[in-house]
Amino acid sequence: MSESLPEAEQIKRESRYLRGSLRESLADKATGALREEDTHLSKFHGLYQQDDRDLREERRQQKLEPHFQFMLRLRLPGGVVTPQQWWGLDRIADEYADGSLRLTTRQTFQFHRVFKEDLPSLIQDLDVLGLDSRGACGDVNRNVVTNVNPHLSASHQTVYEAAVQISERLNWRSAAYEEVWLNQPAKQTDDEEEPFYTHRYLPRKFKVAIALPPHNDCDVLANDIGLIAIEENGKVIGYNIAVGGGMGMTYGDRATYPRLATPVGFVPADQVVDACEAIVAIQRDHGCRTNRAHARFKYTLDDHGLDWFKEQFAQVHGQPLEDLRDYTLTDSGDRFGWTEDDKGFHHLTLCIPSGRIRDFEHLKLRTALHDIAKIHSGEFRITCNQNLIIARVSAEERAAIQERVDHYALDDGSRSTPLARNAISCVAFPTCGLAMAESERYLPELTGKIHALMEAAGIGQDTIHLRVSGCPNGCARPYLGEIALTGKAPGKYNLFLGADTGGQRLNRLYRENIDESQILTDLKPLLERYAQEREADEGFGDFLYRDGVLSAHAGSEDFHQPLIAQG
Amino acid sequence: MNASLPPSPLSDAQRQQIDALARELNEQQLDWVQGYLAGYRAAQQSAGAAPSATQPQGAKLTVLFGSQTGNAETLAERLTEQARAKGLEVECLDMNDFPVRRLKKEQRLAIISSTHGEGDPPDNALGLHEYLHGRKAPKLPQLQYAVLSLGDSSYEHFCQTGIDFDERLAALGGKRLTKRVDCDVDFDEPADQWITALLDQLSSEQPGGEPGPSPTTPPASVSQPQSQYDRKHPFSAPLLDRVRLNGRGSGKSVHHIELSLEDSGLSYTPGDSLGVYAQNDPRLVEQLLAQAGLDGEQIVTLKDESLTLAQALQHHLELTRLTPPTVQQWAKLSESSELHTLTENKRELIQWLHGRDLLDLLQSFPIEGLDAQTLVDHLRRLPPRLYSIASSQAAVEDEVHLTVAAVRYEQREREREGVGSTWLADRLTLDDNAPVFIDRNKNFRLPENGETPIVMIGPGTGIAPFRAFMQEREALEQPGKNWLFFGDRRFRTDFLYQREWLQWRKQGLLHRLDVAFSRDGPEKVYVQHRIREAGGELWRWLEEGAHVYVCGDANAMAPDVHEALIDVVASQGHRSRENAEQYLREMTRDKRYQRDVY
Repeated sequence: MSESLPEAEQIKRESRYLRGSLRESLADKATGALREEDTHLSKFHGLYQQDDRDLREERRQQKLEPHFQFMLRLRLPGGVVTPQQWWGLDRIADEYADGSLRLTTRQTFQFHRVFKEDLPSLIQDLDVLGLDSRGACGDVNRNVVTNVNPHLSASHQTVYEAAVQISERLNWRSAAYEEVWLNQPAKQTDDEEEPFYTHRYLPRKFKVAIALPPHNDCDVLANDIGLIAIEENGKVIGYNIAVGGGMGMTYGDRATYPRLATPVGFVPADQVVDACEAIVAIQRDHGCRTNRAHARFKYTLDDHGLDWFKEQFAQVHGQPLEDLRDYTLTDSGDRFGWTEDDKGFHHLTLCIPSGRIRDFEHLKLRTALHDIAKIHSGEFRITCNQNLIIARVSAEERAAIQERVDHYALDDGSRSTPLARNAISCVAFPTCGLAMAESERYLPELTGKIHALMEAAGIGQDTIHLRVSGCPNGCARPYLGEIALTGKAPGKYNLFLGADTGGQRLNRLYRENIDESQILTDLKPLLERYAQEREADEGFGDFLYRDGVLSAHAGSEDFHQPLIAQG
Repeated sequence: MNASLPPSPLSDAQRQQIDALARELNEQQLDWVQGYLAGYRAAQQSAGAAPSATQPQGAKLTVLFGSQTGNAETLAERLTEQARAKGLEVECLDMNDFPVRRLKKEQRLAIISSTHGEGDPPDNALGLHEYLHGRKAPKLPQLQYAVLSLGDSSYEHFCQTGIDFDERLAALGGKRLTKRVDCDVDFDEPADQWITALLDQLSSEQPGGEPGPSPTTPPASVSQPQSQYDRKHPFSAPLLDRVRLNGRGSGKSVHHIELSLEDSGLSYTPGDSLGVYAQNDPRLVEQLLAQAGLDGEQIVTLKDESLTLAQALQHHLELTRLTPPTVQQWAKLSESSELHTLTENKRELIQWLHGRDLLDLLQSFPIEGLDAQTLVDHLRRLPPRLYSIASSQAAVEDEVHLTVAAVRYEQREREREGVGSTWLADRLTLDDNAPVFIDRNKNFRLPENGETPIVMIGPGTGIAPFRAFMQEREALEQPGKNWLFFGDRRFRTDFLYQREWLQWRKQGLLHRLDVAFSRDGPEKVYVQHRIREAGGELWRWLEEGAHVYVCGDANAMAPDVHEALIDVVASQGHRSRENAEQYLREMTRDKRYQRDVY
């Protein structure tokens, strides 16, 4: 039986609850890499082994191993840190990483280019800050995200607390994290260590998000479980549950596809954590273990059907889902600049291009935020669109913060084009091992060129959601972009068009494997028609459907079938 | 040549072989072969019968060599062959293999020895040197001897070991057969003169004229396939590939260099070095010509060969290193009293020379009306550079690989470069050939038994021969365990051949890999620290019979490693320090502790 399991499945089962030989791997001074098996296990601890792909060929010729380094991602439910934690993270970026902090679409921080020998110190320093990376990657529930809506602070607080509780409940528990990173003595392992996951953990990663309508900046339907908070009289009374969302697909494998979560029913607020656990348990027990490309929850649901799921849920959870409540989701973008909430606090949303906080030549972003953290007494909130909110600023503090924003010329939404400040890109080259084409490094150039087309068409100040991913796996949630690119090869992308702006309709593959000039050639007439023929408040994606450029998906295979053939 | 002879008892094949050989030989070689065959026959007869066969007249000549790189050994073999050709009974030995107690009975002894950096004896001469200078040294009134010393006049203690042997043997009562000759790096000519002088002296003392050749066993070299290329006749090896081994951001510049030996007939054994005749930087030549006010196109004579001054300077003469003899001669030409004073104290002179080259000399002490021939006559020949070979022919066949650190530094506002390393690293192009020869090093050899474990200690470019060892053991499928200690500045950029070592470890061929990088952390960590840390296991390997090899820097690394090994033997073997030192001496004697340091 176990012979037919994929390697990753075997490795976690035999890992003694995620210990593997990580300690031996860390002690090996002759290589910057972990042992092969440990590279799978490290993900559960929040680390991806990567190498600098810009140097890969050069170092091969020099008879040196690849320039191995690690990406470490925090578990940070709801994406909230204190100013004290910010200082700590800022110092860690300098001391152990490449001097940058990367905000991600899952509302957390990533450190890049961390060397193996620095990993234990880094994680110990996180521990001192009250932060961890447990379960930030790997076949478990990942960071739980929520949308950020400072206007409604009471409900937001409820949603945030739910995110933290779900994250805690669904975290893995074995002492491997403490033993490997925090110098705790090794103990005998036993089955009690992992009561929920057991030694098999999940078939694949699992993602949970919570939206507070009408805003959907967390793209709630892109998740395995999407929770949509339902309010009555300014209080969250419960959640609509949507299941089976997921962005990833594999080129050429028609059995893989992105899928939006399907709303299936409602649970009262006090049951939401239990309900999530029940759903994860269904995936744990019924998800596909023999083919990792078919192991996400979306395929489990499509294999068994939603009725099967509802029955399973009622059985595992102990009671059935209630009927869906009404809700409206309008916008998946961030609201930049200052806002004030019902308690009199002020919140400033800053645009952070591609989420990269670094001291650039002309923009000392990291220094600026470090300075703000010195005088800020509220908190920092990361948005799922890779931006940052300086949250809970008192009326008295606002001026001082604004002064720094001006001094460092930070972008409160007034310094960038609407296209650029709403664009999302994944990291891709040179650190990500999955990247097939550039993303983060290419985005500024691309947005400049598309903006020029928009400007020429007279719509330079309008918003279009652009998303770029270096591969088809979906870190930038590309299938929810009005315009989206997924990398095929260096300089070559698949062009997707036509999602809505509320995160409720996937886009379609427009043309395959094209270079920049073809992308611009394709976009130009469409943008011009949109400028001429759109209706009031009509988004670019919506227009393309109405205009008949795009037609609705007939089935999941559409994701592999370009509307315009090559050439 | 087809001499008319009685009907041959040889097979056709044998006859062809001997004809072919005879055609290749010059007169001197023919003499030798004649003597060799007679001696060989005599040895065969005496092996079975009573030792009453023709005994040569006169006492046997014992030739001892103390050699780090193999030059002394090459010369010892040359002397031995020529002595045999003259019909002398002769035995040639590595000093390490010479039982010191035999010294009392020796009547005729020839010593050829090189000298290490600070005037120290080479490893295989340590025992004899120590014995002669110790309290147990015997009186040697019966002894006639001759010493040839090899050295490099740019070092303060030039030829010190040869001088030591010469003076000590005289002090113990020995009589010189001929005057000691101290050879500089360009040793061939003076060494040949010494050999001739010595053999002439021995022949004249030979009672009864020229006897038959001696019945000793044939020298090993006869059984080896010989190439027409050697130190005097280098092979022009095409450059095949060159890559810098240090990653981006490294302060070091070590190059992996692959040369072709195709059709040369040259073969080498892991542990051998490659001699390379490098060229000076033409830019330096131009600067020199400008400084001296000389025309590079004028013709000069160098050892009966006519060539342009520029060619002589670029290809044949040492420009980047000054030696005391050069400066002393310069002082004679120069009017400068300062230079005269400087040359009077050798220690001060050596200090002054450190980091100075010919251009500095010309700038500081110009000579009015210096002519090209005078300049050329005052310079030392550019010696070949020796590099430990980093490959095994069992793996790379006709190629030879080197690991070369480009030497570059700035001094007195001028960029200075090592000749050989920068020529190989920068100036040699892919269309060029490098004149090379094999420099054998019998004192750095894998164990004969492929099952014997080995411990390799090779920081920096000292890793080169160990790559050769591993290639050899892999290709020959030798099952012995292998352990490498490597060190350099930074792990991410300076781990030479890292991929290959990791691959060997993954395959199970390399059983242990300990690395030390000195500039990665707050503390400087070197291989000797790793040796001490691994003391327990290292001691078990030693007790299992492991051979230990050290290659690399002679000044700091080798003594530090030696100290670390003493510590390991003392602490893990529960021995006194003296006893631990004895343990290592015995390992050296048994060829289980071998060093190739420079």
